[in-house]
Amino acid sequence: MEFPILMAILLSPIVGCIFLIFVPKDEEKLIKSIGAIFLGIPFLLTLYAYFSYDQSVGGLQFVQRYPWINDLGVTLYLGVDGLALPMLLLVTVIGFTAVFASWNISERPREFMILFMLLVDGVIGTFVTQDLFIFLLFYEVVVIPIYIMVIIWGSSKRVTKEYAGMKLTIYLLIGSAFLLVGVIATFVRAWTITGVPDFSFAGLARVPFPADFQILMFGLMAFGFCSLLSMWPFHSWSPDGYAGAPTAVSMIHAGVLKKIGGYGLIKIAVYTMPLGAKFWAPVIAVCGVAGVVYAAFAALAQKDLKYVVGYSSVSHMGYVLLGVASLNTIGINGAIANMFGHGVMAALFFSTIGFIYEKTHTRWIPDFGGLIQQVPRLGVAFMLAGLASLGLPGLVSFIPEFTIFVGAFKVFGGLAVIAIAGVILTALYILRAAANTLFGPKRHEWDHLEDIRGPEMVPLVVLGTFLVLFGVLPSLLMDMINSGVAPMMAEIGNVLQIGGKF
Amino acid sequence: MPVDLSLLSLEIATAVFGMIILILGLIVPAKGRTGFAYLTVIGLMGLLAMSFALWNHQGTLYDGIYIVDRYSMFFKMIFLTAAILVTLGSVRYVDEMGSQSEFYSMLVFATLGMMVMASAGDFLTLYLGLELMTIAFIILVCFKRLETKSVEAGIKYLLLAGLSSAVLLFGLSLVYGLTGTATILEVTEALFYPGAFSPALALGLVMLVAGLGFKISAVPFHMWAPDIYEGAPTPVTAFLAVGSKAASFAILLRVFAASFAGIWENWTMLMAILAAVTIIAGNLLAIPQTNLKRMLAYSSIAQAGYILVGLVTASPAGIKGVMFYSFLYVFATVGAFTVASHYYTETGSDEIKDMAGLSQRSPLMAAVLLACMLSMAGIPPLAGFAGKLYLFMTIVEDYLWLVLIGLVMSMVSVYYYLRVALVMYRDQPSDPTPLNVPGSVALTLILALVLTLIIGVYPGPVANFTNAAAQSFFMLH
Repeated sequence: MEFPILMAILLSPIVGCIFLIFVPKDEEKLIKSIGAIFLGIPFLLTLYAYFSYDQSVGGLQFVQRYPWINDLGVTLYLGVDGLALPMLLLVTVIGFTAVFASWNISERPREFMILFMLLVDGVIGTFVTQDLFIFLLFYEVVVIPIYIMVIIWGSSKRVTKEYAGMKLTIYLLIGSAFLLVGVIATFVRAWTITGVPDFSFAGLARVPFPADFQILMFGLMAFGFCSLLSMWPFHSWSPDGYAGAPTAVSMIHAGVLKKIGGYGLIKIAVYTMPLGAKFWAPVIAVCGVAGVVYAAFAALAQKDLKYVVGYSSVSHMGYVLLGVASLNTIGINGAIANMFGHGVMAALFFSTIGFIYEKTHTRWIPDFGGLIQQVPRLGVAFMLAGLASLGLPGLVSFIPEFTIFVGAFKVFGGLAVIAIAGVILTALYILRAAANTLFGPKRHEWDHLEDIRGPEMVPLVVLGTFLVLFGVLPSLLMDMINSGVAPMMAEIGNVLQIGGKF
Repeated sequence: MPVDLSLLSLEIATAVFGMIILILGLIVPAKGRTGFAYLTVIGLMGLLAMSFALWNHQGTLYDGIYIVDRYSMFFKMIFLTAAILVTLGSVRYVDEMGSQSEFYSMLVFATLGMMVMASAGDFLTLYLGLELMTIAFIILVCFKRLETKSVEAGIKYLLLAGLSSAVLLFGLSLVYGLTGTATILEVTEALFYPGAFSPALALGLVMLVAGLGFKISAVPFHMWAPDIYEGAPTPVTAFLAVGSKAASFAILLRVFAASFAGIWENWTMLMAILAAVTIIAGNLLAIPQTNLKRMLAYSSIAQAGYILVGLVTASPAGIKGVMFYSFLYVFATVGAFTVASHYYTETGSDEIKDMAGLSQRSPLMAAVLLACMLSMAGIPPLAGFAGKLYLFMTIVEDYLWLVLIGLVMSMVSVYYYLRVALVMYRDQPSDPTPLNVPGSVALTLILALVLTLIIGVYPGPVANFTNAAAQSFFMLH
């Protein structure tokens, strides 16, 4: 039997938590090292899996399946395909680097690390499972650690951290209530149609649901997933939540957690309910483009660095939604790739802002100026993330955004043009924020700042490598994604009856 | 027809055991009266083991007056488990109240009453069990006889329980008058023809819903619950919330899913509305509470609403849902109330704001309280999620609106549960000394935590066990 690599990835953070329970709570260095080790193992294993995945064969690989709840047809079904692997890579790399971005936390570090590892494990779980029930188990595991982390280690600026934490939690839970209704109804209907209970994604996708049922169910599921993806107009938790959360939580949340929404939208909602997707696609596209433009303008008006990035992430998710709504292979490829690119970029952005805030105790843009002269490495990280955000060719986000526009233009035409125009706004707010923070005359009150060094460099080095590597060699990412999306689209393509227009 | 009295052995053993504790309390001199809690736990564990041994021993007694099947045995296991956990978690609390032997023997008699209810095959037996349980509870509720709050709660419970019994009896007598029989199986047959429904029967039905609705604290018959939950000694509250509710659901299922199976079109919508109203009101009223016990009382009202969902379809799947949920509800509720009662013994307060910094004074208590509350809210991977899934699966095809209400409200309930988490985790304690958690309390808490987690992640075995029990429900009918 081959090494159960996905199981090892899934269990490693849990083992780390168990270790931490027995570590004295004032051994700060030891606690953080344990965190780094047990989040480093999944990262390395995922890298191995990513590069040993056989794209010529495609489909699910590293599969393990154990019976779990017989009377509901639930199996512990682990496996990854070209959709899930980039997401898995994203969560493990961000989880690993976020430990170093929180290296200076000295208040209750043990509790912090335990909750953080639980959080990362929850996100890992959603990407390695191929069973909807198990997916749901992990989907909501993440909510509670986040809330506790925000209220203990968060910061209160424009809104209190209590408000931010509760808003984040309630928005996501209400969204997930609708998702749950959809899932339960889908499962029961599938059971009545086929006569066999089956909770696996593929099993549910094979069931020929009637069209009106698909429309209702896709609506419920999409509401849940899209509110997690901060789709306009259900996005308002996102800037407030990120601003209130501690750095590591912002990194994971903006970086991967909200991507569960996009992943679920494609892998569960579109895959099982293609006709419903076809019905709702125009609505999603319009909301996506509205989000791109609205959030970009909102980001332009912000003076708090975290709010700029918070709104920017809402804006970027608009592109993802547009890509999904185009319902063709190119568009969905672009959507997933863009989630990956944005994840790496947002994580680097939040870790940089986290360090700036830690050292200066402010995130207010007018307080800064010329920082790059005092803290050059932080400045480089900031610029790298910023340039990736505005889609500079050669960095990770360029090809995905381009792909989305190609995919969407064929379907939506004018709407895609508006979205492309959004890129200009992105450049505007990113460059303005960078100019006012990093460049211009030096401010002497920041002369004493120390640049990042030692462990603090890890996020910049690791995430920066990904930004450049996947930007220069986009085939690393795009071929992988295509190997997962193409077969899926072929499967549902017949149902969609794709005509000449697509 | 020969009477197989061995079917009654569990009930007989329970009655004898209750007597033994009561008499021991009289014989043993005042100074030696310690260890009754452990004696009770050992005895109850023996009874629980006996119930497992009797799993395959099924049958009816006296022409269906008393039904011993797996369905009733499953509920008896729930009562015994709840009684064991409550006893174990309340050793110190009861020590400080005094009169241990009376307390524990009343606990055992209340359990006996619940057992009779679960097995009741006719209306009189049902009423007998109900009263045995209620009278034992009245004594238990006002056990802190020097505290006004406790006595007030006892009096309230006495009056309202009497009123609800009267309503219930009136309903039962109407059904008896219309069908000419008080045996549940015969009522089923009497009502199994078209046109069996009549206005008088409707009145009887409503009376039954009101009488039993009081016991499960369904809205609008819930007014008593917060006051009595708050005033009663906390271990009693826990047992009241778990045992009394589960037993009432056991007979609610017998009466509605069995007796009134023939006229189901006439009452399923009523149940659905009752469930919806209970879920909404329970959760919304819990939000403004500042006292932990009152908040848990409202949340247990909402929980009753969720369990009622299983009654709406009156199908084997629904019955299974009710049983599964009642089972996991034991651990969540006893866990939460044990934290409340132990916190009260240590600090003398039930107020939420006084729990500041509990996560630093006792990480175990804080974690258990949080996990139990989230299980009630149905957050995966805790047991409540699997329970809600089983319940809502049965109605999702016909009552999508109820599923939507139930799930959205359960997310709303997270709001008030997390307010407790906020106080426990964020705030610094005013007195940072660690709380002393004695072995028996720690054992209860760990059991509640671990089982809540295991049933949530791996519900398979419990689900299979529940299936077997639920199937027997329709076999004897």
